[in-house]
This record gives sequence, C-alpha cells and structure tokens, in this order.
Amino acid sequence: MTDPRRIKPPMGPDNGWWWDMAAAGKLGIQRCAGCQTLRHPPTPMCGDCHSTQWDTVEASGAGTVCSYTVLTHPQFPGYQYPLIIILVDLAEGTRLTSQLVDCEPENVEFGLPVEMIIQEDPDGFKLPVFKPAGAA
Amino acid sequence: MPISLKDEAAIAGIGLTEFSKNSGRSELQLAAECIKAACDDAGISPSEIDGLVSYTLDSTDEIEVARAVGANDLTMFSRINYGGGAAVGTIHQATMAIATGQASTVVCWRAMNGRSGKRMGQGVSGDITSSDLVHWSWYTPYGMLIPGSWIAMIANKYMHNYGVTREDLGLVAISQRNYALNNPRAYGYGKPLSMDEYMASKMIAEPLCLYDFCQETDGGCAILITSAERARDLKQKPAMIRGVCQASTRGQEQMTSYYRSELTSLPEMELAAKLVYEQAGLGPHDIDAACLYDAFTSEIIMQLESFGFCKEGEGVELVREGGLDIDGRLPNNTHGGLISEAYIHGMNNIAEGVRLVRGESTGQPDKNVEHVLVSSGVGVPTGALILGKD
Repeated sequence: MTDPRRIKPPMGPDNGWWWDMAAAGKLGIQRCAGCQTLRHPPTPMCGDCHSTQWDTVEASGAGTVCSYTVLTHPQFPGYQYPLIIILVDLAEGTRLTSQLVDCEPENVEFGLPVEMIIQEDPDGFKLPVFKPAGAA
Repeated sequence: MPISLKDEAAIAGIGLTEFSKNSGRSELQLAAECIKAACDDAGISPSEIDGLVSYTLDSTDEIEVARAVGANDLTMFSRINYGGGAAVGTIHQATMAIATGQASTVVCWRAMNGRSGKRMGQGVSGDITSSDLVHWSWYTPYGMLIPGSWIAMIANKYMHNYGVTREDLGLVAISQRNYALNNPRAYGYGKPLSMDEYMASKMIAEPLCLYDFCQETDGGCAILITSAERARDLKQKPAMIRGVCQASTRGQEQMTSYYRSELTSLPEMELAAKLVYEQAGLGPHDIDAACLYDAFTSEIIMQLESFGFCKEGEGVELVREGGLDIDGRLPNNTHGGLISEAYIHGMNNIAEGVRLVRGESTGQPDKNVEHVLVSSGVGVPTGALILGKD
C-alpha cells in the first residue's frame, strides 16, 4: 500500500542544508562568502564573483505574495486541496516558492503580507510554509 | 567568418503517424513509421539518412531507429534537452550539420505514447541528486507536480498585470479549436468548443482550466532536412530555413524561472526573436502566419509580445480583434496546435509550418504565406524557426 505522504526532496551537497535548517525550524538563505550576495535557489558557485565559498543566514520569515496559483486537479496523495502555492518576496530580498496555509483560496491576493511557519507532517517531515501575516 | 545558416538548408519532407490516445504499438515503431513517411514525402529512401536528432525525453535510441528504418551510416546524431524546448532546437542541429557538411540528410523526430505510456507531470523523487532532480525538488514537496502548476504561476502574474481575463484565454482555445474542426488528424476534428463550455470547464491550476491545456497524445512526427540545393530536386516544394536558433537567458530554470526581477515577459523568447529575425533579415511585419508553441493558451498571448507583433502588455488586444484567426493579422496554429491537434512536443507545429509554406494546410489562409514563424517550448530554454518559400 502506498503511504500517502508528500514527495520528499533528494538531498545533496547543494540543497540538503536548506532542508536540515527547515527540520530545525528555520528558513535558510544561502549567502556568498565572496560578495555577500544572497541567492535562492542555492547554487554551488556564485554567478557574480565565482566564489565556491558560502554560508547561510536565517530569514526573518516575513514576506509578500509575488504570485500564486490554486491547485485543484489532479489531486495527489500526500497533499491537501485546494492547494495554494505562492511565490514569496522575502524581506531579505530573495524569492522562494512555498505554500500558503490558514487562508481560503478566495482570500489570497497579490502583495498579501505573509509570515513563515514550519509545518510538520504526520511522518515528522518539516517544511517551511506561510500564513497571512498576523493570522492566528 | 561566421557561417550564416540562412537558406543553407530546407525541410524536404514531413511524416506523421495517426494521432490517438492509445497507439497500441511501441514508441520505436511510431518513430520508424513517421520517419519512413517523411522520406516518402520527400521522395527518398531511408537508406539516405545520415543524421538523426531527437529530444532527450524521447525513449528511442537513434541507433535503434537507424536499424529499424535501414538508415545509412550515421555521421551526426544529437539530442536536445528541456522537453518541448527541444522542438526547433532539433532543426537547428540539423541545419548546422548540413551547412558545415557534417551530414547530408538529417531526420528530426519525436515519437511518444504520451497518453497510453508515460504521461507528463508524474512528479520526481528519490535518492538521486542530479542538478535536474534538485531543481524539481524545490517544487515537488510542495505539490507542484504538473506542468500546468508551473506555468500557472507566471500566467496569473501576467494576467493580473495586464488585465487579461479567463475569457481572453478562452478566445485562444476556441481559435485553435476552430482550425482543428477541419483537420482530420486533430483531436478537435468536428468537435466545436463554445465559450460557455470553456468557462464551465474544470479548473486545474488557477487561472488555467482544462481547455487551456494541450492534449496528451500517442503519435510520431518526423521532419527531413537536406541542403537547399538538393531539396529543389526532390518531390515537394522546399520549405526554406530562413533562420533558426536556440535561446536561454539569465535566470533560466526549467519551467520555473520565478526568480527574475519581473515575471511578465519571456526573456528567452525575446532572445530567440532577436536571433532568428537577424539571421533571416526579416522582422515581425514579414511574418504571415505562425505556429507558436502552445502547451497552454496563456503562452500564445505572451509570445505575441516576445516576437514583436505588438507592444508589451498588448498581446491580448490582438487576440480580442481576432488576430489569430484564419482571416486575422497572424493566423496561428492553423492545424489546431498542441491544444487541439495533438501534443507531439512541438514537432507537429513544425510540420504545420511546412504545410503553410507549401500552401497545403487545412487551415490555409487566403493570403500569400511567404514566411511562417515556429517557436519551441515556453518557460524553458527554447528557440525559433522561420520557414519561407523558395
């Protein structure tokens, strides 16, 4: 029997740290050690200064909705529908793709202020998602 | 001194299998059948083929194809990545090979059991950490598993910015279905689509509904390319390759180029437009008809802007005034396209470009069609092709 769990990311040297930070309750952003540029999604080399050295910063979790889609069909096991997917412009200046929770589909809008929370699945997998800023 | 590709090569033959939802045979057989059909169309034997090009997503090895059709010794074989972004890229490879003498008779093909076999958008997971799988893993854990979900993010932003409505997308779907009504190969043959049906159809990924999506199809399509000089001696009127290019731009991802400063244009398609127009010595005003890649209706409106048929944000006006229809400024996807003919990953749009230049489309406009523009996939590394009369 198929376990109805979300698809898990493969984890390698270029991306595993991000999920490790998520498991520790944090939203990570990669920072170039050469020119301090923040980048997401992460890459092993800075396209500007070509440094392969980098560290990470913890994002505040505050952002606004840049774009969104509401997925209704097909419905895959491990996900709850309607599923609101958002692009979030983080306060730090990078953008990421995530999910909006605690919000009805008709209430999502461009520019909506959101804040990150860590969602934990029944199997213990953790991932950063967002809720409308100030929502309970 | 760079070698110009303009008018060096021509499309001398097109070949197709039937399009269906269940072909009942292998993808290798579909490939062999459409390649043989392309040779028949050109009036040559498959034993003359010395170059083969396909998509990395195609399951059939070129050496198996060569064995099946009885090809000549191969001196050039190549694959292009990025799904439908490969479509025109295969023609680019063939044209470069012919212009530089690496091969004389190149066939580009795509054969797929796209409905009965492996369907698009089944998600990826596992322990393999290739750069491609890491890329998808920023999306799949969140439930973005299908191409429509990836494109919807861009479509929604674009529509919000420029006041494009669901009805506008519906106009694109209906325009293409109207062409398919007269095309016996097409899924939409004899099946009209009304705006009421469009608006009532199931939402998949807001703002995209069922009719905004392309088909899922079993079938094969092959394009035979040879030198312009030789093509003139073959059975069909040559479709001259006036310009052909590939293009990918900064910030490019496969389907998810979400991290650029603005999301309401297609930078890679704008580069393709610049390159192909420069190579051909032509501009948008010279293009009489088009087969713009149409995995989704929204992509058509955005490409009208990329290729300079209107200003940024004004693509929808061209659609509203019937510009894509048979008597419009730019008859587009006159076979029904990927949305209403078949989804052979854009290869069937190239075949239609050839028919338009030959004057043989079931959706042939009344006007003289001197030049046809064909594009590769949208939201991925892409390319553009201009075909012309000899």
